Amino acid sequence: MPFAVITAYLPLIMVAATAVAVLLGIAWRRDHTVTVAVSVLGLGLALVAQAFAWRVIPLHTLLLEFDGLALLAGLLILASTLACAILSHAYLESFHERREEFYVLLLCAAAGGMVLAASRHLASLFIGLELLSMPLYGMLAYAFHEQRSLEAGIKYLILSAAASAFLLFGMALLYAQTGELRIDVLMASLNQSEGVWGLAGIGLMLVGLGFKLSVVPFHLWTPDVYEGGPGPATTFLATASKVAVFALLMRLMLSTPVLQSEWLRAVLTVLALASMLVGNLLALTQSNLKRILGYSSIAHFGYLLTVLVVADGLAAETGGVYLITYVLSTLAAFGVVILVSNTAGGEDAAALHYYRGLFWRRPYLTAVLTVAMLSLAGIPATVGFIGKFYLIALGVESQRWWLVGGILLGSAIGLYYYLRVTITLFMAQPGMRRRDASDDWGVRAGGLVVLGVAGLVILLGIYPTPMIELARLLSGIGMP
Amino acid sequence: MILVWLIVIPFIGGLLCWQMERFGDKPPRWIALATMLAELSISLWLWTQLDFQLPTLDGAATQWALEYRVVWIERFGIDFHLAMDGLSLVLIALTAFLGVLAVLCSWKEIVRRVGFFHLNLLWILSGVIGVFLAIDLFLFFFFWELMLVPMYFLIALWGHSGSKGITRIGAATKFFIYTQASGLLMLVSILGLVFANHATTGEYSFSYQVLLETELSPTLSRWLMLGFFIAFAVKLPVVPLHGWLPDAHAQAPTAGSVDLAGILLKTAAYGMMRFALPLFPEASKAFAPIAMGLGLLGVYYGAVLACGQQNVKRFIAYTSIAHMGFVLIGIYSGSTLALQGVVILMLAHAFSAAGLFVLSGQLYERLNTRELGKMGGLWGRLGSLPGFWLFFIAASLGIPATANFVGEFMVLFGTFPTAPWVVVIASVGLVLAAIYSLILMQRVHYGPPRSKTPLKGLDAREFAMMLSIVALLLWLGIYPQPVLDTTAAAMHEVQRLFEPPGALVLGVQAAPGAVIPLMPEAR
Repeated sequence: MPFAVITAYLPLIMVAATAVAVLLGIAWRRDHTVTVAVSVLGLGLALVAQAFAWRVIPLHTLLLEFDGLALLAGLLILASTLACAILSHAYLESFHERREEFYVLLLCAAAGGMVLAASRHLASLFIGLELLSMPLYGMLAYAFHEQRSLEAGIKYLILSAAASAFLLFGMALLYAQTGELRIDVLMASLNQSEGVWGLAGIGLMLVGLGFKLSVVPFHLWTPDVYEGGPGPATTFLATASKVAVFALLMRLMLSTPVLQSEWLRAVLTVLALASMLVGNLLALTQSNLKRILGYSSIAHFGYLLTVLVVADGLAAETGGVYLITYVLSTLAAFGVVILVSNTAGGEDAAALHYYRGLFWRRPYLTAVLTVAMLSLAGIPATVGFIGKFYLIALGVESQRWWLVGGILLGSAIGLYYYLRVTITLFMAQPGMRRRDASDDWGVRAGGLVVLGVAGLVILLGIYPTPMIELARLLSGIGMP
Repeated sequence: MILVWLIVIPFIGGLLCWQMERFGDKPPRWIALATMLAELSISLWLWTQLDFQLPTLDGAATQWALEYRVVWIERFGIDFHLAMDGLSLVLIALTAFLGVLAVLCSWKEIVRRVGFFHLNLLWILSGVIGVFLAIDLFLFFFFWELMLVPMYFLIALWGHSGSKGITRIGAATKFFIYTQASGLLMLVSILGLVFANHATTGEYSFSYQVLLETELSPTLSRWLMLGFFIAFAVKLPVVPLHGWLPDAHAQAPTAGSVDLAGILLKTAAYGMMRFALPLFPEASKAFAPIAMGLGLLGVYYGAVLACGQQNVKRFIAYTSIAHMGFVLIGIYSGSTLALQGVVILMLAHAFSAAGLFVLSGQLYERLNTRELGKMGGLWGRLGSLPGFWLFFIAASLGIPATANFVGEFMVLFGTFPTAPWVVVIASVGLVLAAIYSLILMQRVHYGPPRSKTPLKGLDAREFAMMLSIVALLLWLGIYPQPVLDTTAAAMHEVQRLFEPPGALVLGVQAAPGAVIPLMPEAR
């Protein structure tokens, strides 16, 4: 059914077309606002197209699989890219040179993320991953006159390239073992004859993907890159990029029985526990908000690995819900950082002391950041609590007590630094260096996005049914 | 619907307070006061209207006097389910009263960010009332955790940066992490219970009534019970888990201490009586000796450590630990009399501790110190304040005619048949109570005065506050029957579940409408 296929592909086509349009537009005439408008329009249309695509699933072509997981991941990627684009407008206003190319990179990366999340063929997997990563190098080093930004870009470039090499090597081994590149066929033939090369291949692929998710032994780049990258680039890295990679991992792990062997589960359990503990413990001593968020994302993906370990029952639904909660909370937190950073040039206002007493100057903006922090900490009445509830439910249901214990311990440690950030916002201290959002932040697009996201965090925290319904569409992928 | 309003009114009142701050300091205070008075009058009105007698035990009638239920999260069978019986009503009335008190005692103490302060204060009360009303386990947990956030802000932002390197933020964080982490253990237990129920019935449900019927293996039941117990034990606090309490009390503003001692600690006792015991009757019964042992430990530990404290609020905090030891013993004794005593003791402790905390707040306003070493000889310099102080000290050591006496007496009397030795040892704790109470009185008010200048006496607001608490303590000490009648059915329900099934018949003797006598029938 070609029409259905086109419908399914439409969001991807929209994003790619917007990227081309923006590129041509820049070549013709530079105009920041118009560029942003075109990008936002394209992404908005892609989101609408995504809604139509729900009607034609499940559907697959040689390279891409369109199922609930791909579409949910696509939705999250598009939404967070949209938020990033709007926030970038606020952020890049004061940027003195070449603001427009950022949006090209952003759109390309979004397209890459969508391909990656939907891939069912090693070729599309790799293309998607590289299309996601390459623009990110540019985005992270976009403020290249800042040393830290440049450093972040190069660090990410080198380590990410190394991870890609691992991934490619793993793919090669898998191909050597099975002579197949289609993932489902490949896994099926692995199922029949489990060879050493195949297992090594899977292990190497896990290393490559684990790097992108910053799971613990592969997490070393995270804090530096988070700290150095310009706000919108980090936001994209923390949300869309991680969602895409995790969606791919979920597809791999949940749909293939061979990957649910006990040794792999044991390895993943260890990685998960290590991420939860290391991420939270290292965040304790940080005094930079972006670094804290970096470490907290390590911990959150440690929690999320529970989904891959269990890979049964509520697992797919939990993965969906937790990704939504994580994206919303992270967007809200980074949104505030971007808005506070925008007025002055130079480094982002990420050091905690900039935020001292923000409440008494910008109560609503502070409310947003407070809500984001409480949500990341998993306090009730925020969406983060629903995510944590699902994860603990999943752990209890499958009786993985180690993981449940890890989540509890991690959350308890995590509270300390989330609370520290929160209380800083409320403490007035005269004579501190201050950075501030512009006075009219609330009525500008970026401010509206941040307020909207925070509203969603609260709303879905109190009435999570729509989110759960959305995530339940994933439950089909657990079935082999 | 009125149950929803009970939760929503303080919530909205808090928002109003915050917004009205722009018109100065006065409007938030008056709004907060009006909100809490409205809350108090609603709960008193409900008291006169509702019937809290024993439900019929054929299973047809519910045990609730008032109920409100809407579907919330269908996926897991979670309802927004509020219900009220005698126990929750009494505790809600207590919450509203202490809420009024907390607003009044902050009238002069809090001068910075008045609106935001009252927002937090009222939201705590809103969360606590939610805890007392929620009957769906998810909803209960939701409120249980939610009330921590404003309390955290209250301590961290308006607290006193205090003694010996403990900052108010440190104390607040400690409080939050202790209670939140133990709360997560309870969440695990709740989920374990839900999945155990799911395994037999095939349906998810967080409903109290449904989960009461869950069949559990003894091992599982023991572990799940422990999850609940630890969460409540941290909040009560039971001794090895009490580390947050003295710090939190010492650093909190007066209103925070009043709420903490008066209400938040009571949520734990309430949780034990409402959830931990009924959900896991056998496991709780097996656990009762340990729990009572911990209670005894608390009685002695609190009393002994109180004697050595230099900070008046830390002093009162440790006496709270001792009183809560009695509460724990009573809860796990499994007799109606002791459980009724627990209710009275909870109210009595709420009033007497709140009274002492308010008085130490007033002392601080006059002396600018909380150190016992800098007090002494205040009798005669302060007008009628030392008199009130003496009354609350007497109440807290359990002098007859105060509510504390009735509570402690009933707890000990009720526990005696099941655990005589516990009662014997706990009674010695009463002597310790007399010792620490007199030490506190001695060090604050007696002895040589440090100067001759009289300090400002109590003004009308302070006087009215104190007088109302004194009246309540005396009323409960002399004629506690109205409260006992109200909570009798609820307590009987708890005790009934604690008994082996064969003994059920004994409980049915009181017909609806009959007054439940203080003493249960001889068995």
